[in-house]
Amino acid sequence: MRGALRIVWTFAKLGFQNEAAYRANFWIQIFESLVNVGSAVAAVSLVFTRTESLAGWRPPELVALLGIYFAVYGAIHVVIAPSLMKFMEDVRQGTLDFMLTKPADSQLLVSTSEIRVWKLVDFALGAGILAYGVAGLSERIGPLELLGFAIALAAGVAIVYAFWLLLATLAFWFVRLENLLMIFWNTYQAARWPVGIYPRWLRISLTAIVPVALAVTVPAEALAGRLTFANLALVCGVAVTLLAVSRWFWLRGLQRYSGASA
Amino acid sequence: MSYFADLYATYVRVYLAAETQYRAANAIWLIGIVLEPLIYLSVWSAVAATQGGEVAGFTPGDFAAYYLVLTLVNQLTSDWHMWEFQYRVQLGHFAFLLIRPVHPIHGDIAENLAHKIAMQVVLVPALGLLALAFRPHFATNFESLVLFVPALAFAFALRFAFEWMVALACFWTTRVMAVNRAYFMVLLFLSGQVAPLEILPGWLAAIANALPFRFMIAFPVEVALGRLPVNEILDGLALQAVWTAACVALLALLWPAALRRFASVGG
Repeated sequence: MRGALRIVWTFAKLGFQNEAAYRANFWIQIFESLVNVGSAVAAVSLVFTRTESLAGWRPPELVALLGIYFAVYGAIHVVIAPSLMKFMEDVRQGTLDFMLTKPADSQLLVSTSEIRVWKLVDFALGAGILAYGVAGLSERIGPLELLGFAIALAAGVAIVYAFWLLLATLAFWFVRLENLLMIFWNTYQAARWPVGIYPRWLRISLTAIVPVALAVTVPAEALAGRLTFANLALVCGVAVTLLAVSRWFWLRGLQRYSGASA
Repeated sequence: MSYFADLYATYVRVYLAAETQYRAANAIWLIGIVLEPLIYLSVWSAVAATQGGEVAGFTPGDFAAYYLVLTLVNQLTSDWHMWEFQYRVQLGHFAFLLIRPVHPIHGDIAENLAHKIAMQVVLVPALGLLALAFRPHFATNFESLVLFVPALAFAFALRFAFEWMVALACFWTTRVMAVNRAYFMVLLFLSGQVAPLEILPGWLAAIANALPFRFMIAFPVEVALGRLPVNEILDGLALQAVWTAACVALLALLWPAALRRFASVGG
């Protein structure tokens, strides 16, 4: 565990040093994040000009949900997406050899090797919106809700990560996968709203086929004080299953890799 | 004229052949095209449900009809070349396009048409299935459907010219992704995608009506659904023509200036 943390910390430092060279990117990132977050907040406030609650969600609860959406979105962009996209490129070019020869767990290495610090802006904005939403809630959040939120959020992030790892591992079999990743980006935007608003068939596919909706809605339910034990168990169960399946799939894929270098 | 007819026929044939290579990719694009309107349709249907069945005169059936037609209009008027411009300039791909004896915009238009044709193979069945799932309520009339054809054609021309113009920004800055994203956010709100324009607060609807974005998507949708009287449709078509002419004129002015900024390294 100590070793794993040291690896992640080293990659983070490297990532910061690499990106510190491009400081203008920081300002561009702030601009893009503000556009992104601003339009999402605007859409939510637009909806609430016409109603007081959306499928049982009141404005501060929906704002908190939006905050979770962007915080998870930020986490994906900071480490999960850049690392796994680099991994897919490595498989294509045969440079994955350099990773595999290092004396640490290969899954850990490829999952954290590229860290984009400027993308922390999305994460920070998400956390800010989340705090704003929580401050607007009428009921106090007790320790039990907080615990439920922490567990659900950890499970949610684990689900998103395991799903990405599953998609990325396909790179051992198929060469071009950018389009497959589009499936994730396209469906993740649906998580901006509580899954309860979608028709049944869509809710089931968002939950079962591409399990993104759970990752955001369930932690927000905890904050809104309506988390059921069934939902918490579901999100934890899905997280554990996906982590195990993606690990197994990763090891299978790894056996198939033969290197492409001279 | 037959020169252009030949040119386009050849271009479209070539690009259609290229399209057949990427059939699986089109199925994946479909998810993106269909899901975003579906999200807003679900949101507004939920709002209608909490407001006793309707919002500003829209029932869930009206929203379903609105967003199904919007999905089609949005796809038919959309173009992706503005995302490619950055690479065309940075990697020097423009050099190849510029040595052809025709303006590069014609190749883009033809490629766009070919993609639209190929895409209908998956989009139309998908819309049919969605119609079964969401039970849209259509109450249109014959004149509206006839006038929808020119409204859609103008919307395509206007949006294509406008987005090509925005894309020219990449000759001056390397940060076009940020420009593109900001543009798409404006388009999202002011072209009737987040909500039908009648649902926006008054001040925002006023802004939307004064700008060209409404005429790229929302206007043809409203025409197709029979939501506008004939005289308003004719006024809208006239405004579309004016906006399109203005964009094409501006594009013609900017293009030589943009070209002067372009330098490519051969080798």
